[in-house]
Amino acid sequence: MDFSIIINEYQFYLDGLWTTTWLVTLSLLLGLLIAIPVGIFQNSENRLIRFPIWVYMYFFRGSPLLVQLFIIYYGAAQFDWLRESWMWYYFQEAWFCALLAFTLNTGAYTAEIVRGVIATMPEGELEAAKAYGMSKWQTLRRITLPNSLRRALPAYSNEIIFMIHGSAIAGIVTIVDITGAARVVNARYYAPFEAYFAAALLYMCLTFTVIFAFKQWEKRYQIEK
Amino acid sequence: MKKLSLLMAVLVLSFNVAAKEWKTIRIGVEGAYPPFSKTEADGTVTGFDIDIANALCAQMQAKCTLVKQDWDGIIPALMARKFDAIIATMDITEARKKKIAFSDKYQHIPARFVALKGTEYQATNAFMKGKKIGVQRATTMDLYISDNFPSAKIKRYGSADEAYLDLKATRLDYVMADSAAISDGLLAKDGGDKFEFVGPKLNDPKWFGDGAGIAIRKQDKDLAKQFNAAIKAIRADGTYQKIQDKYFDFDVYGG
Repeated sequence: MDFSIIINEYQFYLDGLWTTTWLVTLSLLLGLLIAIPVGIFQNSENRLIRFPIWVYMYFFRGSPLLVQLFIIYYGAAQFDWLRESWMWYYFQEAWFCALLAFTLNTGAYTAEIVRGVIATMPEGELEAAKAYGMSKWQTLRRITLPNSLRRALPAYSNEIIFMIHGSAIAGIVTIVDITGAARVVNARYYAPFEAYFAAALLYMCLTFTVIFAFKQWEKRYQIEK
Repeated sequence: MKKLSLLMAVLVLSFNVAAKEWKTIRIGVEGAYPPFSKTEADGTVTGFDIDIANALCAQMQAKCTLVKQDWDGIIPALMARKFDAIIATMDITEARKKKIAFSDKYQHIPARFVALKGTEYQATNAFMKGKKIGVQRATTMDLYISDNFPSAKIKRYGSADEAYLDLKATRLDYVMADSAAISDGLLAKDGGDKFEFVGPKLNDPKWFGDGAGIAIRKQDKDLAKQFNAAIKAIRADGTYQKIQDKYFDFDVYGG
């Protein structure tokens, strides 16, 4: 056991921590932007709206994140028209492919959370809103969304944690995230226990930060009761 | 007391027997580095390294099992006793010798850069600044590039095949690998005619060691001796030459 390796190579791990953090944060934010409208419209009565949304959610929840990343990273390179278009400027970068895969994936999962909490809104509150003469849009903005947010928090914190852990596959397409850093260090010193244990600690730090932040957030709502 | 000494005697005896000669050997191979080692459609591994492994085992009259293992974890797996030896074009380097031991070399092939035809190349850090170089993680080439071209964007892959894919997709400017592996794995394949070697053959012992040997655990000195004798024997009786001619039209053993 020789943990001085980790101290000597801390720069790799710091870079990796930074990469994982921004990659996951940006995916989650963009994913949320997709998820809220998608989740709302999933409850729509119009089939033409519901069907494409269903396809999107079914695909991204129905296949492994790793496979989605491979399709985007290696699959995209197969099409000449894509390689000759302006889009290749982005698709040639591993970080863009990872960001796209992660965003679409978390977007689909989060949309399901959004759909669920909206579908299970207490009837009474909606009726009360109607009685006050609120329009559909007003009800959504003033009643449904704030109430749903509160109930979505525990499920969403789980999604964030899954995303942090799921991001470990970014290393497979040459990105040096936390896992990528551990692989490089392991490759150099042949010390898998030390290398991956350090990575595990960093992931745990990230995860506990998220758990702690969400606990505080949930507490704020409890006091209001 | 008598019992104890008897036990000791048995232990010493059995240890001696084990130390004398290896009759069953598990050999770790990679299966993703043609023509040295590749995985066929039916899942079997073939290639130069595999043929050498089989020839050495036949020479030693040992029963060998081949175990496929990704390059990344191949040394840890050896140390964890998942197998007893590695025959996977592994260069004998000082860094590796800290953890494991090697037999004498069984081949020595220089490394080279490959790029799209007409790509310029200069072996300076200033020229390589921002250039995207693909390399297999944890190889001698990886260390060479990391040490000599720190300003380049180094992309590390699990296998050389993945690096070729990204070179073809223009995600990389250069790939570095063993020259024979590039010839077989990229240049001879579909679409390989767009690429060519750039720069000189590289075999500076500081990074690339003294050729590729068979890796074993440090305590298994007897196994190294056994392999050394077998390498000599197959070089002497023409078996080595036969295997070499099957894959290469040049001398892979080196001077």
